[in-house]
Amino acid sequence: MTAAAPSLVQEFRHGLAAPICLTWELTYACNLSCVHCLSSSGRRDPRELSTQECKRVIDELERMQVFYVNIGGGEPTVRADFWELLDYATAHHVGVKFSTNGVKITPEIAARLAASDYVDVQISLDGATAEVNDAVRGPGSYATALRAMQHLADAGFAGFKISVVMTRHNVDQLDAFRAIADRFGAQLRITRLRPSGRGADVWDELHPTAAQQRQLYDWLVARGESVLTGDSFFHLAGFGEGLPGLNMCGAGRVVCLIDPVGDVYACPFAIHDAFLAGNVRAPGGFARVWRSSELFTSLRTEQSGGACASCSAYDACQGGCMAAKFFTGLPLDGPDPECVRGFGEQALAASAGEVPRPSGDHSHRGRRPVPVRIGPRPAAGARPAAGARPAAGAPDGAGTAGRAGVPDRACDQSPLAGFRPDLPPVPR
Amino acid sequence: MSTSAARAWQETAFDLDAGWQLHPQVSVRPERFGALLYHFGTRRLSFLKTRALLTVVSSLSSQPSARAACQAAGLAESDLPAYSRALATLAAGRMICPRKD
Repeated sequence: MTAAAPSLVQEFRHGLAAPICLTWELTYACNLSCVHCLSSSGRRDPRELSTQECKRVIDELERMQVFYVNIGGGEPTVRADFWELLDYATAHHVGVKFSTNGVKITPEIAARLAASDYVDVQISLDGATAEVNDAVRGPGSYATALRAMQHLADAGFAGFKISVVMTRHNVDQLDAFRAIADRFGAQLRITRLRPSGRGADVWDELHPTAAQQRQLYDWLVARGESVLTGDSFFHLAGFGEGLPGLNMCGAGRVVCLIDPVGDVYACPFAIHDAFLAGNVRAPGGFARVWRSSELFTSLRTEQSGGACASCSAYDACQGGCMAAKFFTGLPLDGPDPECVRGFGEQALAASAGEVPRPSGDHSHRGRRPVPVRIGPRPAAGARPAAGARPAAGAPDGAGTAGRAGVPDRACDQSPLAGFRPDLPPVPR
Repeated sequence: MSTSAARAWQETAFDLDAGWQLHPQVSVRPERFGALLYHFGTRRLSFLKTRALLTVVSSLSSQPSARAACQAAGLAESDLPAYSRALATLAAGRMICPRKD
């Protein structure tokens, strides 16, 4: 029975009729300027898909039987039509999990969310203490997240997710995160920091050290039961036993991203022209991009192990994360920058080349993220200059109460996280 | 328990002669290799590894029993133990459930 497993993963490598894990960022607007934001969010893009265009995308997802989407941003709840789109999706059999910092999760909204089987909520939190969290996500964001969690718990929403991007400053807090999740009856989800978007600017200071990677791996093996990872740490599989999940790069195969203007990228961490497959506004819509774009077709062919092919860990780690390599300037067929055998560090030391910049920057002007250090951030005083925002009247967070954080719009696979390719209901 | 005893138990654990159906909260998406299943209640994903299993699962509700669904899908008697185990796994994950006729 287990002998059949590799062929299933093989099938996944060749792509599926529709994504399993589709991330859809509804807006680049966000009240905050998290230093590691993967989509460089802040200001709304005036070309953002309209309500009607979003509904057409949902219709298409329903036809393709995309079971659920991971909605993020920016802060998706600052779109005035967010709740309308949520209702539209669930009425059309597309389940929704949305990432938020919780700014809009009032007791009333929490009660409404708790009543739906088809909606899941993920609250972003990057520190188990306000000090660690707010250094990355901005002042007050810890309190906002905890308040939202309390509202969800009070409303009886069991099992919502608390999503943590692992950094050098919070690896030691894993047990504390778990305790917070337990306190609210929530489930902990941890994902990898990628050098994508503004994350490229802080990656050197924030990404876990080699010793911390080992610590993280050991924690996942020992205590990671019931902790979701979005399949995000497969580069750590080189340490030994694989972690639950597919342990492969799903970009363009089982995963993709639709961005706020309808651009379709191979994965949420790869917002760059090199990974742009098409746009949902083009003839044929999303289905055509998914099924026949040149980029996705090429990602579904056998990938070369390149410099990694002769490494004994290659079967386990598959060379790691494409986006992490790309945005640190490493070749895609070489080691991951966080290769557990240390080959990534060697490669980084040897490459003095330019690193690619993300294609778009929606950061708030005058509110550039500050260098990360633990301790209070300087007040992000500068509201964006008047006129720095599009005056299209769409919500971009400026007028909202409180401060929304950038959800990490990681492709979460809560279903996939429990997915065991070795234990399939296969007939033989 | 020996391996064969364990297997025998697994085989008897699924009632091939009962009426079954897809769980109402489960969605099925055909794929080249078989199908993907998603349960909106448990938020779990599963899959059917062969097209024949997809045919069986899709016809459960219109056949008097799981055995009849297997036969209608053209499965041989010798296939039944393996398919019975697969159906047992699906039942354990609440992807399929007993039909209340």
